Amino acid sequence: MAPTGEPILEADGLVKHYPLTRGVLFKKQIGAVKAVDGVDFTLGRGETLGIVGESGCGKSTVAKLLCSLERPTAGSIRFKGEDITRLSGRALKAVRRNIQMVFQDPYTSLNPRMTVGDIVGEPYEIHPEAAPKGDRRRRVRELLDVVGLDPEYVNRYPHQFSGGQRQRIGIARGLALRPEVIVADEPVSALDVSVQAQVINLLVRLQSEFDLSYVFIAHDLSIVRHISDRVGVMYLGRIVEIGGDAEIYDHPTHPYTQALLSAVPVPDPAARERRERIILTGDVPSPTNIPSGCRFRTRCWKAQRRCAEEVPVLAVPAAFRDTSGPAAHASACHFAEEILPAGRSAPGAVPPEGARGNGNGPG
Amino acid sequence: MLLDVRNLRVDFRTRDGVAHAVNGVSYHVDAGETLAVLGESGSGKSVTAQAVMGILDTPPGRISGGQILFRGQDLLKLKGEERRRIRGAGMAMIFQDALSALNPVMTVGDQLGEMFVVHRGMSRKDARAKAVELMDRVRIPAAAQRVRDHPHQFSGGMRQRIMIAMALALEPALVIADEPTTALDVTVQAQVMDLLAELQREYRMGLILITHDLGVVADVADRIVVMYAGRIVESAPVHDIYRAPAHPYTRGLLDSVPRLDLKGRQLSAIRGLPPNLVRIPPGCSFHPRCPLAQDVCRTDEPPLYEVSDGRGSACHFWRECLHGADR
Repeated sequence: MAPTGEPILEADGLVKHYPLTRGVLFKKQIGAVKAVDGVDFTLGRGETLGIVGESGCGKSTVAKLLCSLERPTAGSIRFKGEDITRLSGRALKAVRRNIQMVFQDPYTSLNPRMTVGDIVGEPYEIHPEAAPKGDRRRRVRELLDVVGLDPEYVNRYPHQFSGGQRQRIGIARGLALRPEVIVADEPVSALDVSVQAQVINLLVRLQSEFDLSYVFIAHDLSIVRHISDRVGVMYLGRIVEIGGDAEIYDHPTHPYTQALLSAVPVPDPAARERRERIILTGDVPSPTNIPSGCRFRTRCWKAQRRCAEEVPVLAVPAAFRDTSGPAAHASACHFAEEILPAGRSAPGAVPPEGARGNGNGPG
Repeated sequence: MLLDVRNLRVDFRTRDGVAHAVNGVSYHVDAGETLAVLGESGSGKSVTAQAVMGILDTPPGRISGGQILFRGQDLLKLKGEERRRIRGAGMAMIFQDALSALNPVMTVGDQLGEMFVVHRGMSRKDARAKAVELMDRVRIPAAAQRVRDHPHQFSGGMRQRIMIAMALALEPALVIADEPTTALDVTVQAQVMDLLAELQREYRMGLILITHDLGVVADVADRIVVMYAGRIVESAPVHDIYRAPAHPYTRGLLDSVPRLDLKGRQLSAIRGLPPNLVRIPPGCSFHPRCPLAQDVCRTDEPPLYEVSDGRGSACHFWRECLHGADR
């Protein structure tokens, strides 16, 4: 499924490697943490692209790259057709105004010594052209109202708010410059279940009110499905499968997606016996030592010799290319055409050596 | 009955006043049974467990009332040394964050072996052999080599297995798992929950699973108690509660989980915030957030009404809730 609407943000061959060095004076590079290792996607205007993956898969690094908080090692990010990775100075600042971020942890992403009014109004200090000085106080109060906080709270400090309220403050700050794209990195995972729903509802409402496009990064698959038009699944620095939400959730063709979906606990005890779960063996390999060929092969029950030799490309499988069914979406697996996982009831993948790693790379 | 908690009360002295963390909680667990304690942060679910284990920080905490009967013996009347003997051998706990629960400067082998040295008086050499056996049991690959590793050398999932191994070392009758998989990724969570369920069946342990995840509960629990502001608001066999909750809070929790058929629509969030434990609202503590609240809810604290056999709800209007009158 192609993105709806004109593309607003396009990532092409995005790579971020963090060098590992040895020595103090003469730093010698001995390797690299391949946090993001070739990511492509397109975000359409007014669309929500969900990115799911487990810790260490590089999803947060993608978020930082999109917001120009990190510079990619290779690849490009185009905002409305213009490559923003090569910008600097004034041009970069102008682009940053349009792509804002909402962070995961509402406890550490707000300065405890600043009042709520100052936090939400700070973007206007950095981009004074966005609002005339006399108008800022009023705008901040408006923003608080928009995210469902009492505008009278402007002079309070972050510690006087609950987690859910703090996340609303973070969202108000993200909205201050009227951006076109918001990158939300795990925006609700630090919140209680009953409060999560409030914040999700707020994000959905703001999207239509302000004509926003979202990149929504999370590990909670049910929340991602609820909010996203399209979903990309990341594993070890790459998108392994991407498509419309129903395509991914109802017809996953990549074994990792299949395992991930089957592992999600469903709040329905009646389904306990019916469910067939794929329990993956082993851990995610270290991003410093990515397996050859398909990077999922060390944990995959379908893996064959070809998987170790040939890197699968992220493309619509040939057999489905001319169909319009839900399987016709991009998947980076040599065996994506076998829709039903071959060994679903007997997943006996044995992790070869090198599969052991701590899986706690940059998340 | 393995564990019987009766009318437990725990207070904490804080700067703002006395926080009533646990306000008359009663629950019980049988051998071989899994009881899920479901609640959000501040509901008192972990504090109750800490009181049962005897690891509550006192002060600032204080057990101000109730009984904790373990195999008929009131743990709150025991002396420190007697209590310590039960901890580890009779009951054990699995914590959420294995990295901070394990000792970073001891090898995992020494930590596992310590249990046998202290409780069983084994020699260090025998204890080491036992540690390897346990690590094998929780399926840590190459246990004989890895027994010499330190906690930071393991992945999150492997560390949680070591915690499980440690909890099960002395084959306790009761295991309390406090958010055992919350810090883990879903694929690893599935591995760990599977292992825990298998070991529980094998040893016929009573298991108290403390969690906020409605999905995990549905997968493994036999019975559920739902906690809110230090009280049990609903208690029921697992199938009943998901089919038809008898308390508006439980219903709210279930409804706030995104569901397939509701995509694109508003999630029905519970309005407002959990109460401050220093100032718990009078009457039913859930009334400021409740769609069914009436005058009586603001004044009278609801008892745990018997809804059916083995099922209770602390709501004056449980009948209306059960029949979905608010929808």
